[in-house]
Amino acid sequence: MISRIYAAVLALLALLIAAPAWAAPIRLWHGYRGDEEKALEEILSRWKGAPVELLSIPFDAYDSKLAAAIPLGEGPDLFIAEAHHLGNYRARKLLAPVTTGDAFDAGVFSPQALAAVTMDGVVWGVPLSQKCLALYVNTDLAREIPEYLEGIAELRGKLPARVLYPLGYEPRQLYSLAALLSAFDVRPLDEHDNYTFVGPHADRAAELALWLVEQRAIPEDADTAQIGNLFRSGQMPFVISGPWFAADLQGKVRYRVAPLPKVRATGKPMRPLLTVESVMLSPQGGARPEVRELARLIASAEAAAVRARLGPTPSARTDVELPEGPARAFAEQARTAIPVPASVAMDSVWEPANQAIRKVLRRDAPAAVALAEGKRRFDDVRRPLPDAASPIPLALIVGAIGVYFALRWLRLAREERWGEGLRRSLPAYRYVAHAVVAVGLLVIAPLAMGALTAFTAGNDEARRYVGLAHFVAILTARGGPLLASGSFYLVLLVTVAWAVINVFFHVVIGVALALLLSRPTLRLKAIYRVLLIVPWAVPSYITALTWKGMFDRQFGAVSALIAWLSKALGLHMEPIAWFSSFSTAFTANLATNVWLGFPFMMVVTLGALTAVPADVLEAAKVDGATRWQRLRLVTLPIIQPTLAPSVTLGTIWTFNMFNVVFLVSGGDPDGTTDILVSEAYRWAFTRQNQYGYAAAYAVLIFLLLSFATRLMNRSPEPAKASKSAPATTEAA
Amino acid sequence: MKADLTHGVATERPSLFESIASHFVLVLAVAFALYPVLWVVSLAFSTTRPAGGGLLPIPHEPTLAHLEAVVLAKRTTVDGTSWIFGRQLANSLIVSLATAAVGVVIAIPTAYALARFQFLGKERGVRALLATQMFPTVASAIPLYLILNALHLLNTRTGLVVCYASTSVPFAIFQLRAAFEAIPVDLEEAAMVDGATRFEAFLRVVLPAARPAIAVTALFAFMSAYNEFILAATLLGKEEMFTLPVVLKRFIGEYNADWSKFAAGAIVVSVPVMALFYVAQRHLVAGLTSGGVKG
Repeated sequence: MISRIYAAVLALLALLIAAPAWAAPIRLWHGYRGDEEKALEEILSRWKGAPVELLSIPFDAYDSKLAAAIPLGEGPDLFIAEAHHLGNYRARKLLAPVTTGDAFDAGVFSPQALAAVTMDGVVWGVPLSQKCLALYVNTDLAREIPEYLEGIAELRGKLPARVLYPLGYEPRQLYSLAALLSAFDVRPLDEHDNYTFVGPHADRAAELALWLVEQRAIPEDADTAQIGNLFRSGQMPFVISGPWFAADLQGKVRYRVAPLPKVRATGKPMRPLLTVESVMLSPQGGARPEVRELARLIASAEAAAVRARLGPTPSARTDVELPEGPARAFAEQARTAIPVPASVAMDSVWEPANQAIRKVLRRDAPAAVALAEGKRRFDDVRRPLPDAASPIPLALIVGAIGVYFALRWLRLAREERWGEGLRRSLPAYRYVAHAVVAVGLLVIAPLAMGALTAFTAGNDEARRYVGLAHFVAILTARGGPLLASGSFYLVLLVTVAWAVINVFFHVVIGVALALLLSRPTLRLKAIYRVLLIVPWAVPSYITALTWKGMFDRQFGAVSALIAWLSKALGLHMEPIAWFSSFSTAFTANLATNVWLGFPFMMVVTLGALTAVPADVLEAAKVDGATRWQRLRLVTLPIIQPTLAPSVTLGTIWTFNMFNVVFLVSGGDPDGTTDILVSEAYRWAFTRQNQYGYAAAYAVLIFLLLSFATRLMNRSPEPAKASKSAPATTEAA
Repeated sequence: MKADLTHGVATERPSLFESIASHFVLVLAVAFALYPVLWVVSLAFSTTRPAGGGLLPIPHEPTLAHLEAVVLAKRTTVDGTSWIFGRQLANSLIVSLATAAVGVVIAIPTAYALARFQFLGKERGVRALLATQMFPTVASAIPLYLILNALHLLNTRTGLVVCYASTSVPFAIFQLRAAFEAIPVDLEEAAMVDGATRFEAFLRVVLPAARPAIAVTALFAFMSAYNEFILAATLLGKEEMFTLPVVLKRFIGEYNADWSKFAAGAIVVSVPVMALFYVAQRHLVAGLTSGGVKG
C-alpha cells in the first residue's frame, strides 16, 4: 500500500518536472544563413522558455510560404523580415500588432526605424537593424574623398594604371539607383502610391547614370562578388555598397566608410534607401505572451551586441555602443536614409523601374521614353481587379453543357452497350484502379483547384468570382496593341519558337549520339554514356545559374572562348552583351536548354534501339540495303513509336520550362524572352500576387497544349502500319 | 558472323575513318556536356571566385574548405548537435528511391493494361493522363499544400513521396506502355499455351523482357524526385526534413550568394545520381528477346 502511494507521488513529481518540456514549441522563421544564423542561435541560447524551432527559408519563397502557412495555423509564431513588406503582410492578415508596454519600449529605437515599422499609427514589428548604402573608400588609393559624385567619376585617368574603374556602383537596380534619384528629389513612389520615377527630374537622374557608364566611371555590368574582388585587389578605390560588403574585406584591404557624396548637378546629397530588419508576430504568436517575451529578447540590447560582432550593420537601437569605424559611419548615413515605402504598391515598383533604367543604360531608348513606359507598366499592373460578377451566366452555360453531354452519353451508352463493355472491362480495371485513384487525387484534383482560381480575383476575403474577366483581359492584350511587349500573343510566339527549336535540337543531337553509341564495335561505350548524361544528372537550377555565369559579358567562359577564337582566327570581335538583345538572350537560353535536354532524348533512343531486332537488319543487309537505307527504312520507323510519346512530352516540358528562362535570361531584355510560364509566374508572385490572373494563364497554356498535341497525334498512324512490317519479314 | 545483339544500324566492322570520326564527335559532345560541370567543380574547390574568367576550368587556389563546410554542416539546437547535412542527404535519397519504386509499381500494371487490353474509357483515360502533363506545376503547389495538410502529411517524407510518385506516374505509364507494345504478344501467348495464366505470363515473360524500359523509367522517376525543388520548398517546413535541392537553393541569397558553397553542395548532390545511372545503364542492354519466337 505504502509503495503504491510512493509510486503515485513519484509519478506526479515526474509529471510536474517534465511539464515544461511539454510546453508547445515556439516557431521562429527567418531568412538568415551562415554567420547571421549562428548569431541568432547564440542569441536564442539565452532563452529559458519553451523550446524554439528555428526555420530558415530562402528569400524568394518567404512571402508565399508565410501567406500559405499562417492562415492554416501551420506558420511561425514570429518571424524576421524587412519592414517594407509590412503593407503586404498586413493586407494578407499575417500580423499581430506589437503593443507598447512590456514587450516594447518605443523610445529606445531610432526615429527612422520606428517610422519604418509603424503604419496607420500602429506598430507592427520590433526593429532589429537598419541597412543602407554608403561609400567605401580604399585608403591606400584615395587620400581624400571628392565632394561630388561627378568628381569621383572624373578621377578616371588620374589614378594608377592598374585601377580599372574609379567607382563600383550598380545603377541597374532601383535599390541602389534610388540614392542617385534622391539627389534630384525623385522618389520611386509617393505617399499616395503614385509611381514617381518619371518626369524631367527623373530623366536628368537617369541621364546622369548613363553618363557614369559612358565615362567608364563605373563598370557596365558587374555583380557584388566581382566588385568585391576589384576593391580588394586595389583596382577600384570607391564602392557604393551596404554593410554586407564588409564581410569579405577583413584584413585584406585598408578602407573606411564615408557618407555618400553630393551630386554636382543639383548640389544635393545622395540619400540611400533604408531597410529595417524587424521581428514580427503572427496572429497565433501574438496571442501568446511568451512569444512576445521572445521577441523582446531578440530585439534587446544584449542581442544587438551579439549582432554587432558580425559586421558593421548598425542596430536599430540608439542605446547600443557602436565601435569606431564602419558601424558608426553606417549609423550616421542611416539618419538621412529614406525608408523603403511599406505600402503594398511598392512591390510593383521594382520590376518596371528596373526595366526602365536598364533600357536607358542599354541606350535602347531616351530616358523620357523609357521612364514613361515604366510608369505605364506600373499603372497597368496596379489596375483595379475586376469587380465581382454574377456566377449565374456561367452556371447556366455549364448546366446546359452538362445536360447536353449527359444526354449524349446516355445515348452512346445505349448504342455502344456500355453495360456490357463495363463487364468485359472489369479484368482490365483491376490493373488500372490504383493508378486512377493516385493520379485522380494527387494530380488532377490540385490542378482542377488551381484552374478554378482562374475564375476568381483578389486574395483572402477580397476573393470574388469574376467569370471570364481574366481570360478576356489576356486575350485582348490588356487593351494595348496586340504585339506590345508583355502582350499574350507576343509571349505566345516566343514560347512556340522556343519549344519548336529546342525540341528540334534535342531530337537531332540525342538520336545522333544514341546511334553512334549503339555501334557494336565502339569501345569505351560505357564511359561515353555515363559522361553524356551528366547534364541530365546535375539539377537544372544549378546548371542554369552556371550557364548564366558563363554568358557574362566580361567574366564568362563563353565570352572568353569567343575572345580566344577571335584572336586565333584574326578577327576582332567585340565582347557580346548576351542579355542586351533578344536574339542573343534567346540563344543563351536555347544553348542552356539544349544542353539540359539532349541526354534525355539520347537515353530514350538508346532504350528504343534495343528493340530493333538484329535479324531484321541482317535480312535487310542480305537484301542489299546500304547502311543509310537500313537507318532510314528499318531502324527509324521501328523506334519512332517509342520515341513519339517522349517527343510529345519533351515538347510539353520545354513549353513549360520555367527554370531555364527565369534563371538564365530572367526575361531580359525587357521581358522579351519570357515564355508563357514565366510570365504567369510574374503575375502570381511579383505583380500584386494576382493568382487568379496567373491561373488564367495556366488554363490557357493547358488549352493550347492540348490542342497542339491533338494535332501532333494525328501523324503516328503511318507508324502503326510499319510496325507490322517486321512481323511479316519474320514470318517470311 | 556472330549474331550481334547490340542493335542499331551497323552490323559489320567500321572502317578506321569511321572509328576516328565517331570518337571525335563523341569527344566533342562530351566536352560540350562536361564543360559547365567542370566549372562548377572548379568553383567548389577554389578559394575565391577568380575575377577574370579563364578559359580552363582549373581551381584557383585549390581548397577543400567549401566542401567541408557543406558536408560537415552541423546544427545546434536545444536538443544537441546533429549532422544536419547527413540527415538531409538521407531524406533526398529515401524520398527519391521510394518515388521510383512506388511510381514504377503503380505504373507497370496500368501500362500493361493500356498496351494489351481494350476497355471502356481507355482512350479518354489516356488523353486525361496526357493532359495532366500540360499544366505548369506552379499552379498546383498551393492546392497540394492544402490537400496534404488535410491528410496530415505535411512536413513528412511520406507526403513528398506521395506527391512525387503521383506526378511521375503519367510519364512512367507512357514510357512503359510503349515498351510493352514493342514486345510481341506471341511471347505471352506461347506461355499461356504452356499453361500459365495471363498474370503469370505478365510476371514471368513480359516484365523481364521490359527490364531496360523499367530501369530507365525508374531512373527517371528517381531523378525527377531528387532534383525537385518547388514542391519540396512548399511542403516541407522543418530543417531536418529538407531535401537537398532546398538546402542548396538557400546558399543563393538575394544579395550575397555563396557560390562556392553552392558549387560544393552541387557536386555532393550530383554524385549519387551519377553513380546510380552508371549502375542502371547496364540494364539498358540486357533483356532482349534472345531466342524468343522465330517465325
